[in-house]
Amino acid sequence: MKTFALAGNPNCGKTTLFNALTGSTAHVGNWPGVTVDKREGTYKGGSKNINIVDLPGIYSLSPYTPEEVISRNFILDEKPDGIINIVDATNLERNLYLTTQLLEMDVPVIVALNMIDEVEKSGDKIDASALENALGVPVVPVSALKGTGIKQLMERAAAMPAERKGSTVLKGALEKQLETACAYYEAEEISSPLFHAIKLLEKDEIELSRKGASSTLAKLGDEDMEAVIADERYKYISSNLANAKVKANKEVLTKSDKIDKVLTHRVWAIPIFIVILFCIFHLTFSENLFFLNGFTEEQAWMPSLVDCGLATEIDGEIEYNNFGVEILAIFYDGAIYSPGVILTNFLNLFLDHISGGIVTLMENGGAAEWATGLVGDGILGGIFAVLGFLPQILVLFMFFSILEDTGYMARIAFVLDRIFRRFGLSGRAFMPMIMGFGCSVPAAINTRTLADEKERTATIRVIPFFSCGAKLPILTACGGALCAMVGLSNVDVITLGMYVLGIVSAIVCVLLMRNTTQKGETPPFIMELPAYHAPGFKNLMLHLWDKTKHFVKKAFTIIFASTVIIWLFSHLDWSWNFVADEEMNSSILASLGMLVQPIFTPLGFGSQLGEFGWVFAVAAITGLVAKENVIATFATLAACITALGANVGGIDIPDAIAGIEGIEEATAMASATGITSAGIIAFIAFNMTTIPCFAACATAKAELPKGKFKWTLLFWLLASYVISAMVYTVGGWWWTLFIWLAVIAVITAFIVLRNIGKFDISKIFKRKKKGGEQ
Amino acid sequence: MTKLLSEFTVGESGKIVAVNGEGKIRRRLFDMGVTPGAELTMKKKAPLGDPIEINIRGYELTLRKTEAACVEVETK
Repeated sequence: MKTFALAGNPNCGKTTLFNALTGSTAHVGNWPGVTVDKREGTYKGGSKNINIVDLPGIYSLSPYTPEEVISRNFILDEKPDGIINIVDATNLERNLYLTTQLLEMDVPVIVALNMIDEVEKSGDKIDASALENALGVPVVPVSALKGTGIKQLMERAAAMPAERKGSTVLKGALEKQLETACAYYEAEEISSPLFHAIKLLEKDEIELSRKGASSTLAKLGDEDMEAVIADERYKYISSNLANAKVKANKEVLTKSDKIDKVLTHRVWAIPIFIVILFCIFHLTFSENLFFLNGFTEEQAWMPSLVDCGLATEIDGEIEYNNFGVEILAIFYDGAIYSPGVILTNFLNLFLDHISGGIVTLMENGGAAEWATGLVGDGILGGIFAVLGFLPQILVLFMFFSILEDTGYMARIAFVLDRIFRRFGLSGRAFMPMIMGFGCSVPAAINTRTLADEKERTATIRVIPFFSCGAKLPILTACGGALCAMVGLSNVDVITLGMYVLGIVSAIVCVLLMRNTTQKGETPPFIMELPAYHAPGFKNLMLHLWDKTKHFVKKAFTIIFASTVIIWLFSHLDWSWNFVADEEMNSSILASLGMLVQPIFTPLGFGSQLGEFGWVFAVAAITGLVAKENVIATFATLAACITALGANVGGIDIPDAIAGIEGIEEATAMASATGITSAGIIAFIAFNMTTIPCFAACATAKAELPKGKFKWTLLFWLLASYVISAMVYTVGGWWWTLFIWLAVIAVITAFIVLRNIGKFDISKIFKRKKKGGEQ
Repeated sequence: MTKLLSEFTVGESGKIVAVNGEGKIRRRLFDMGVTPGAELTMKKKAPLGDPIEINIRGYELTLRKTEAACVEVETK
C-alpha cells in the first residue's frame, strides 16, 4: 500500500482534509520519542487503498520546534511515496513558502489548493493550471469542508511517478554556493542533497552537526544567506502569484475584520471574553438555567416536582409517580437545568435503571450478600459514578473546541499576552491553561505550541490547578455539602470561587518558578491570527468521539480496577475475611486511612474529625489514582458509614441542589465527621491542586524535559499541602492571614534580593576562591 | 523615512528594509513572511497596548513590540 504524508500550515484545513480522506479508519498514535499526535488512516475512495499520515501543522522546516523536526525527519527518513501539500488558497503567499521548501526534497509532491470556494465567493480567481506550470507539480483545487475535488486529488496523487528530483526557486541568487554545498552532500551519498544544501546555507543547527558541514559552510563566505533565502522564496512566490491570482478590485472590510473589530475591541475585548467564559460554564454546569429561577433561594419561585404532587419524598429518597415524571425530572425539578446537566441526568437515569435491575436480579437469584455488594456498590456503583460525568466533560470540550476552531482562541492569546508576559509566559500559554479546565491530558500535550522549554515546564506544572472536568464533581459535591451546611441553595458561587483559587495558585506558582527554578527570558510571541470561520460539525463530532473513547476506556480500566480494589480493601480485613458494611472500621482501607489521617490535621480533615475522619483521608488518597474516584469513593464510604451507624442525616439538603451528583454522600460524610466549612473548602483545594490523575501524570512525564517529572510530583504535593493549609487556617481563624502574608513577604523579599544579586551564594563562594588563589 | 515597526501607529503602512534580532526570533519572523521588501500595515494594538497586529502578505500576524523593534520599515 502506498503511503502519502499530509503537510501544510496550521489553520489551512489540514485536519478537515484528513478527516474527509480517512473517515472512520483514522487512529491516533505517537511519533517515536515525542508525544506529538501521529494520526494515520486509510483512503478507500480509489482503486487502491492509500495510507495517509497526517504531519503536524507547520509554517516552515526550520529546526526550532518539535513539529518542524518531526515533519522533516518523517519525509527524509521514512520516505513516503508522496506528499500532499495542503495550501490555503485564501492565504496563498505565506502557504506557498512551505511548498517551496517541500519541493526541495527528493519526493513526489502534489498541492491541494484548499478553500477554493471561499476565494471564488470573495470574487477572486486562482488559475490552478498556471500555478501547476510555475511549481512543476500537480495542483488540484479542493474544498475539504464540502468534500469537492478530493477524488481528483487522490487520483492524480496515485498517478504521480514514484521518483522526483528536488527543485528549488533559489537557483538564481545562490547558484555558486548551492553547487558547492550540493557537491558535499552528494559526495556523502545523502538523499535529497538539494534540501540539505539549502538548510546548510541557512546555518541550520541540525545540518551543522554533521561531520564536515561546518568546514563546507566556511568555504562559502560570510554572506547572510538566511535573509537572502527567505527573501528569494517570497520574491519568487509573489512574481508567480501575479500570474495565478486575480484579485477582485475592491477594498472592503471582510466579515472576519468586522467580527474582529468587536471581539478584540480596546474596551470590550476583556469583558466579552469573561462573559463568554461564564456562559460556557453556566451552560455546562448550572442547575438554574439563565437564573430563570432567581439568583437566591428567596427569589426562587419554580415549584419542585414534590410540590406539584408528581413525586413524593420518603426518607430523603424521591419517588416519582410514574416514568413520565422521571423523564420530566431530567429537565426540570424546582428549576430548569442547563444542557450539560440535562445530558448528565439523562445518562444517570439510564445507568441507575441498569444497576438497579442487575442488583434486583441477583437478590432474587439468591446471590450472597457480599457478591451483591461487590457488583452493586463496588463495580457498577464505581463505573457508573464515573460515566455519569462524561456528558458535562464532553459539553465543556465541545465549547472549547468551538473556540479553538473558530479562531477566537488565538485572539484571546492576543488580548491577554500583555498580562501573561508579566508572569514570564507568552499569551500562547493561555491556551493549554484554559484547556486544563476540560482535561489536563490534552492541555499538557498542547504545551507543545510553547517553544521555550522552561515556559513549558512551568505551564505543565500549573495545568492541574485549572480544575479539570473530572475534578468538578468534587467541587460540586463538596461545595453542595457546604451549601447544605450553611443553608445556601446555589453552588455556583462556591464552584466559581474554587476555580478562581486554582487560577490564583497557578499565577503565584508560575511567578515563583519563573523567578527561581525555571528562570529564563520571556519567550517570543509571533503568531498568525487566522480568519474567523464557522466550526465544522463533522470535525467537532470526530474530536468529541475521540474524547469519549478515551474517557470510557479509562473508566473501564484504571478507574474500574481501582474502584474494585477499594471495594475489596474496604470489605476485607488484614486476615482476608469479608467485612460487612457495618464493620467497616476493621477493614484494610480504614486502618490505612487512620494511619495517614494525622498528616491532614493542618488541612482541616485530619485527626480533629474523630471516629469517621479517615473517610476524607481515604477519598483524597484514591483521588491520586484518578480524580473521578474521589466521589466514586464517597459513594462507597457513605454507604459503609451509614451502615456503621454514623449520624449521616444531620444536615438537610435544600431541594434546589439535591440533584447534584454525590451531594448526598458528601453531606452524609460531613454530618458524620463534623468537618468545618473551612475544612471542606481545604479538602476541595487539596484535591484540586495535588498530583493529578494517572493519565495526566503519564502525559506530563512524557511532555516534560527529562528528569523534571519527579520534581513536578514533589511540587504538586507541596503546593497542595501549603495551599489547603492556608485555606483551612485562614478560613477558621481569620487573623492567621497576617501570618501567611508575613511569610509570603519574607519569601518574596528573599527571591527578589537573590535575583538582583545581593544574596548570590555561588558568587560569594567564587569571590572567596579567587581571593584564596591570589 | 525609516522607523521601527514598534513605533508605528494604527493605520500606518510601509515596506520592510531590514530584519534584525537574534537567530531564533529572526528566523521565525522570516518564516512568517516578515522579510525585507514585504509591505505591511499596522492594523491594531491589543486592548492593553501590546502586542500589535499587522497585515502582511495578505494575512494577520501578531507580535510584541519588543519583537517589532527588530523590524525596520520605510514608511510612505
